[in-house]
Amino acid sequence: MGATIIEKIIARNIGAESVKPGQIVTVNVDRVMIHDIFIPFVADKFEEMGFTKLWDPDKVVLIYDHLVPASQLDDARHFKRGNEFAAKYGMKNVHRSDGICHQLMTEAGYVKPGNIVFGTDSHTTTYGCVGAFSSGIGYTEMASILGTGTMWVRVPETIRVNISGKLPDNVTSKDIILTLIGDLGADGATYKALEFAGDTVENMTVASRMTMANMAIEGGAKCALFTPDEKTAEYCEITLTEAETSLVGDADAEYCQVINYKAEDFVPVLACPSQVDNIKPVKELAGTPIDQVFIGSCTNGRLEDLMAAAEILKDKKVAPFVKLIVTPASRKIYREAAANGTIEILSKAGAIITHPGCGLCCGRTGGILTDGERVVATNNRNFLGRMGTSKVEIFLASPKTAAACAVSGNIAEVE
Amino acid sequence: MKPMTIADKIIAAAAGVDHVQAGDINTVEVDKLLINYGTTHLTIDMYHKLKNPRIADVSKLVWVVDHNVPCDSPKTAASHKKMRDFAKAHGITFYEGAGVCHQVMMENHVRPGELIFGADSHTCAYGALGAFGTGVGCTDYLYAMVTGKSWVLVPETLRFNLTGRLPEGVYARDLILTIIGQISANGANYMAMEFGGEGLATLTMADRIAICNLCVEAGAKTALMEVDQVALDYLAEHGRTPKHIFKSDEGAKYAQVYDIDLSTIQPIVAKPHFVDNVVPAAECTGVKIDEAFIGSCNNGRIEDLRVAAAVLKGRKVHPLVRLLVVPASQTVYQQALQEGLMEIFMEAGAIVMNANCSVCWGSCQGVIGEGETLISTGTRNFKGRAGHPNSFVYLASAATVAASAVKGEIVTADMLD
Amino acid sequence: MVYDIDTNIIITTEYLELKTIQDMTPFAFSPLRPELAAQIQPGDIIVAGKNFGCGSSREQAPEIIKALGIRCVIAKSFARIFFRNSINNGLLLIENSDLQAAVQEGDTVTVTVNQDIEHAGKHYAITSLPQNLVDIISAGGLVKAMRKLNGLE
Repeated sequence: MGATIIEKIIARNIGAESVKPGQIVTVNVDRVMIHDIFIPFVADKFEEMGFTKLWDPDKVVLIYDHLVPASQLDDARHFKRGNEFAAKYGMKNVHRSDGICHQLMTEAGYVKPGNIVFGTDSHTTTYGCVGAFSSGIGYTEMASILGTGTMWVRVPETIRVNISGKLPDNVTSKDIILTLIGDLGADGATYKALEFAGDTVENMTVASRMTMANMAIEGGAKCALFTPDEKTAEYCEITLTEAETSLVGDADAEYCQVINYKAEDFVPVLACPSQVDNIKPVKELAGTPIDQVFIGSCTNGRLEDLMAAAEILKDKKVAPFVKLIVTPASRKIYREAAANGTIEILSKAGAIITHPGCGLCCGRTGGILTDGERVVATNNRNFLGRMGTSKVEIFLASPKTAAACAVSGNIAEVE
Repeated sequence: MKPMTIADKIIAAAAGVDHVQAGDINTVEVDKLLINYGTTHLTIDMYHKLKNPRIADVSKLVWVVDHNVPCDSPKTAASHKKMRDFAKAHGITFYEGAGVCHQVMMENHVRPGELIFGADSHTCAYGALGAFGTGVGCTDYLYAMVTGKSWVLVPETLRFNLTGRLPEGVYARDLILTIIGQISANGANYMAMEFGGEGLATLTMADRIAICNLCVEAGAKTALMEVDQVALDYLAEHGRTPKHIFKSDEGAKYAQVYDIDLSTIQPIVAKPHFVDNVVPAAECTGVKIDEAFIGSCNNGRIEDLRVAAAVLKGRKVHPLVRLLVVPASQTVYQQALQEGLMEIFMEAGAIVMNANCSVCWGSCQGVIGEGETLISTGTRNFKGRAGHPNSFVYLASAATVAASAVKGEIVTADMLD
Repeated sequence: MVYDIDTNIIITTEYLELKTIQDMTPFAFSPLRPELAAQIQPGDIIVAGKNFGCGSSREQAPEIIKALGIRCVIAKSFARIFFRNSINNGLLLIENSDLQAAVQEGDTVTVTVNQDIEHAGKHYAITSLPQNLVDIISAGGLVKAMRKLNGLE
């Protein structure tokens, strides 16, 4: 009997021959990520639980991203508590202004194929892009992992998503994942693992896979998984072991659902207010006036995203009275985009370019909106009130669509 | 005819009279009207309450959204929207995200000899180009917007004769902070501060803007500099010509004359919580800092960023210090990008933001927390300005701020290893 | 019946900065119904549609619901992080898909733990929780369970 990727990862982690969906097991955690919003709570709970040392300080990564730069008086308290906690317990992996946690975890080499990783953020599913089992948890649970190095999980069932063929021009992995979420519904994959396969996925960059793994949570998924390949190896700067290359969903594995897509069938889409699964083709809404465009976030703030936007914005200007805000996902990406001329193109088009961080996506600063305003954004959520008042309309799209909208001043497809 | 100062002459021209003197009240034609985000919503509200709302000459209006860009709350977003909608409806020259208003004005609008009202206290910066810029409240602004006119009380003038040259590692900001310390925070109340003398020629436009911009911190109504080749070159580079070049007459009456030898100026720090609380930087060394800020209409120009980059090149920002680098305008940002300065800042570990007022304004990006200390190239160090009411702001030059960011405590650049 | 109540609706990011959970409770559910938090009485029960608690991992969401005095949430389904966070904080969650069609806001619903839900004379079955979760709940939440592990309780 074959196994799905998630079953293989969990079985190896606990030293079992195999595991079955529904089984509850205790896994050994390879790495954890805590971000600035929750570090004070994690620190308090950790000490309240009576722990006096971290199970392994090297396995703990602390990242300031939601609050960089600080926009509220109390933000500095989070940095202070984080700095104290890191110093007290000997944590060396602290990033104070290097970018978004989910970008840094793989980019800085903290996550490798086959790892089991938890983070105090729902988009922790992102690391499935390199074949890791990663998932979001709350701060109490994180505190308990910091003390014990273990966590219980229920082995999830797996939904297999096969995609084959060549994507049409101006359709990106963002359009695929939005379409999938629309088809599944916002809870269609709750408690389950999403496993992506097929030549379309194989031909994708790791960055594009990240976009899809990142948004798996928007379908309720516990995790998303891609088989590690040569691209993964290059991205992670490793040589793949046999154990890593064997992280493939077996032909005779048991899937609770199999979804097949033809890449040629995808079109540019938008997630319309105020649910991520409210998906419509861009074409249907073309001409709707907009006030702002946001390109950034752990979903779509990578170099290829900025470059895709720059290609559309080159020698053009953002429409009058429309703001384009660009927030690269990491310091490394910002520097690369500056070095290859992408940032200059965006700036000359009139983009407001901010320091890498969560920015507008987390709704604290970075372009908050007010009643009656409409924004097209490349991030992962369009929930009511996420970017300002509950009368703000948020449309989620790919960086290409977003850039086209910025030039047009309306919802628009790439010409 | 009695001799006049530059301020007298600009007002006389704006009033259409041959002669004015300190103490006169004149009705003047205003050349330009700048407004930024701060009080515009009030102006717009009052405008709509007028019986016969109209704009005298829309081509004189420049509206700049520069505080809290990008927006950090629904409240600021609503104010920005109000401003944007009004500008759109009335065809007003409008900038959003292009930079701090005064830098946008210097780059695109100010001409020597103009009388400019700005709904922001640091409007006096325009004196660097020989324009009479002054800050006004929203009522004055509205009146000028509707009628094209206003009244001005002709100020007395303090004259500063500059000689010599600033020593290596000493900047215009050290000079103006020294002057403010010397004459105190209300030493130039209602007055014009006029700068001239052979030493002026040694100062770049960036230096001059930094000096004039900060004169309001001595209470000045405006600041004015003689227009020389440096100013004319800047103007030509930006595609503009003077409206009129005025020079003070021989024997013009000054309330006081100060002779300042630039070569005697030293690195200065203004300590909390007043701009005139200045001491030699050496007296503040060792003060631990949590954040450092390089930017603002006072010190966010390309020249300032070059100074900071020279200090930061090959060094790292102290791990527990947040260094914000915020260019004063998109133009400055792009120039810094081309010169490779952004790479130096990013490599050093700085937080590089888009052009805007940032933490100088205090209520948005980079706010400091309770008990925290900021060293800043911003305009003010008033209590609570950069964040928590119980926090501390030191003002210094870009070089001193950059050096302090590396060390984690206040030091001057020459003290770094 | 409202569905997909996300954690940003339960508590908007803006208010996460407030110092205590008590400070945040007045803003609970404010994007959807700003008046609701003030109307909630201790002992109230939330009945919702599918995917309750979806979205971000913010644990303040279940903590605030608990702090408002809500004893239990009945929904067609729960998002997984919210589910774990609730268990870890001792907030009772019950999955049930039949009650929603019958219940109106303001009705009285009686929950007998590990037994059933009663509404308008009708009884609805409750599925029992796995033992490891029962252990956490019976310890009084994960903090207490860990304190026990560390010999503190």
